[in-house]
Amino acid sequence: MRALTWHGTHDVRVDTVDDPEIINSRDAIIEVTSTAICGSDLHLYDGVIPGVRPGDVLGHEFMGRVVETGKDSTLEKGQRVVVPFTIACGGCFHCKVQQFSACENSNPAEKQDMSATLYGHPMAGLFGYSHLTGGYSGGQAEYVRVPFSDVGPIAVPDHLEDDQVLFLSDILPTGWMAAENAEIQPDDTVAVWGCGPVGLFAIQSAIHMGASKVIAIDHYPHRLALAKQMGAEIIDFRKTNVREALMEMSGGIGVDAVIDAVGMEAHGFAIDNMIDIVKQKVGVGADRASALKQALLAVRPGGRVSIPGVYGGMTDKFPLGALMEKGLQVRTGQTHVQRYTKDLLKKIEEGTLDTTFMISHRLPLEDAARGYKCFREEQDSWTKVVLKPGMTD
Amino acid sequence: MRHDRDKGLAGAAVGVGLALGGLAFGAFLTQRRKGGGDDAPFYTRKSPERDDAVLGRTVTIRKPRAELYEFWRDFGNLPQFMENVETIRSEGDHRVWTIKAPAGRTVDVRTEVSEDTQNERIAWRSVEGSDIETSGSVEFTDAPGDRGTRVSLVMSYDPPAGELGRAVAKLFMREPEVQARHDLKRLKMLMETGEIATSARTKDETRKAKQQENG
Repeated sequence: MRALTWHGTHDVRVDTVDDPEIINSRDAIIEVTSTAICGSDLHLYDGVIPGVRPGDVLGHEFMGRVVETGKDSTLEKGQRVVVPFTIACGGCFHCKVQQFSACENSNPAEKQDMSATLYGHPMAGLFGYSHLTGGYSGGQAEYVRVPFSDVGPIAVPDHLEDDQVLFLSDILPTGWMAAENAEIQPDDTVAVWGCGPVGLFAIQSAIHMGASKVIAIDHYPHRLALAKQMGAEIIDFRKTNVREALMEMSGGIGVDAVIDAVGMEAHGFAIDNMIDIVKQKVGVGADRASALKQALLAVRPGGRVSIPGVYGGMTDKFPLGALMEKGLQVRTGQTHVQRYTKDLLKKIEEGTLDTTFMISHRLPLEDAARGYKCFREEQDSWTKVVLKPGMTD
Repeated sequence: MRHDRDKGLAGAAVGVGLALGGLAFGAFLTQRRKGGGDDAPFYTRKSPERDDAVLGRTVTIRKPRAELYEFWRDFGNLPQFMENVETIRSEGDHRVWTIKAPAGRTVDVRTEVSEDTQNERIAWRSVEGSDIETSGSVEFTDAPGDRGTRVSLVMSYDPPAGELGRAVAKLFMREPEVQARHDLKRLKMLMETGEIATSARTKDETRKAKQQENG
């Protein structure tokens, strides 16, 4: 089959690789019809995450048709499904309490040591996201082997287009959980840092949950325009003093909840790399770290802090005092996708959530390498790239 | 108990399998359990005494105690999750564990069950004629609420005896605690999900296939 494979920093290629096979009885094979490039794929592209090996197939946002099933899969051939990026077994303690992204059984035993050393516990398995999270072949391919296919994949009705439901795989539930983690109350003023796809979905979700005002912070004009289109007020941090503006826009009280949808992209996962990376890329590293720091200072005492942005290691000069003295509540984590897919699919069907507005480019899978390059280098206009394996130029 | 043993060899010996244990192990455990001063398991102690070849590891499995006990008690089941153990067969009162070694070689570890308390604990130790001296025990206790069962494995082993043991140890350097940890994770996967997770894309890429290939 054809698949987008990683070969090194800023070197991804569409190669011919072996087709996936059913290995365990709960597996299914999906023929991919749509798959997206995620902002977090750029961490892999930039080479800041260890444990990616040449030849690894990337991609964790995908959907398609079931073409083969193991004997214990509950899927049927021909069924159209969206696959969560988090692989969850459904049977362990964490799955039973709906903390699917902490599944204890999806990351192969021999792959758990690296994340266990870094974080004290191993991470769950994820599709196409380095050997730290299992080394599973990802979805930017013609076919994918999907383990525990009786737990994750959600069947979608034929009257919904791929583009309407594809983001159930990651960014839609991620934006939703970000807003949920901010515990939004009516009358709240909520500030969101970062107007990438997750930030945009978090804005939409916060408004849906009844926030009276959502303020979006970014510097890309087109992304800010999309945030405005979704109902947010906007701040361009290159032009405006963000903290002062947020105080004024919240009547001098401070915002009730903050959402950091930026993350620390400049940072690698390995602890001993962190300081070096910051030193090498002072501009980028400092900017990105400052989003969370700014958020912690801007939120009102007793307020809520939600962090959907990806962080991998440690940070310097963290305003721990603001956290304690203001009595803040912090919630974060990889998305428990399986917890949200059913309800969010219903909202898509009802037309209460817009899931296609951010898609800027649709490309054949063969053009995936160009997709990565442009998504990274032209962030203002390339807001979201969807790859279509079946599409011809 | 010897405390001056060669760590490398000792480590390798257990690396040869989760399988195995030392003599006088029971007495050793009792002694260790008493001497602590806190409530932590003896094998988590920082003391320099911990240079011996003992390891312990607990995993919580969301299954009833009786089911896990029954599964373990049938030693023939263990190679399903113990990656280095090829087979465990019964010979009279003895179980013979055939442990994989490089270049297609194997070593046989001959054990007897030294304790068997239903739904609680199984202990075993090697007997005369075993390639490696070892002992081990597994304990099953209820986890709180519906969290299942805590399964604790404790293993002890002596450096491998004889030329073959030494050769195997040299060739087969695998960190025993790592092996134990991985094997217990695989047991948990097998019991909770009915299968052992693999990220292989094709059957030829699975660890099993690769091990067979490397013979």
